[in-house]
Amino acid sequence: MEHFTPLSALIGGALIGGAASLLILANGRVAGVSGILGGLLALPRGDWAWRAAFVAGLIGGPWLVGVLRGAPVAITIEAEGLTLVAAGLLVGYGTRMGGGCTSGHGVCGIARFSRRSLAATATFMVVAAVTVYVARHLAAGGP
Amino acid sequence: MAALSALIIGLLFGAGLAVSQMIDPAKVLGFLDFAGNWDPTLLVVMAVALVAAAPGYAIARQRERSWLGAPMQIPARGDLDGPLLGGAAIFGVGWGLAGFCPGPALAALGTGMSDVFVFVAAMVVGMLAHRLTPAQRP
Repeated sequence: MEHFTPLSALIGGALIGGAASLLILANGRVAGVSGILGGLLALPRGDWAWRAAFVAGLIGGPWLVGVLRGAPVAITIEAEGLTLVAAGLLVGYGTRMGGGCTSGHGVCGIARFSRRSLAATATFMVVAAVTVYVARHLAAGGP
Repeated sequence: MAALSALIIGLLFGAGLAVSQMIDPAKVLGFLDFAGNWDPTLLVVMAVALVAAAPGYAIARQRERSWLGAPMQIPARGDLDGPLLGGAAIFGVGWGLAGFCPGPALAALGTGMSDVFVFVAAMVVGMLAHRLTPAQRP
């Protein structure tokens, strides 16, 4: 567990959950990113402005953290090529079909004790863990 | 006002993804890899986010309108059906393959990495494909 970063997890988690609280209280909307983006793709439908603004903020947030820290946010993407494309297609299709993702079901849904969100979150967590197990430990022949 | 509020809240959300490192697919895969060098960070992020989101929903449920006067749009369904669980499973495979879910993928666009754009483009195509599948429409 040498990669565990509990302090930044605490601060970051509070920001994410606090933002979810604020979006429902101020705007009356669920902070589910797949739903917000999905609605944005359903143009023209009238309520695109707040969705576009939220997505702009979502992209600007990490940039702001980078500026305040004096070092840009760095990430590592291990998947490449067709795997990356397939992953994107599955995430896009699946989150729309299941009506939510990690934010909408995982955070907002469970925070209001929704049975549907609990079931969806348990499902995508288990399936994702199995996928990683297969990809990293079975298919790759790793440890 | 609704857009300005959403922009500021989006900034907070995106900052949270960056600070918690959930924006980093390698970090997320470290959580999902239970048989490897397991990293419980995602679990802590989610637990704290839940604790911070619960009061908002508890208060929102008692109100008819939001602070900005919009109707509260809280889903009311409680039934479990095929599209919910099937969609979650499809999403799970994609999440496990790359370590990206929609929030972190959009938030990571600011890194300028071409792989992020590839993933987001594919994700948008997947969402549009769902819209064009009449039988699957919710």
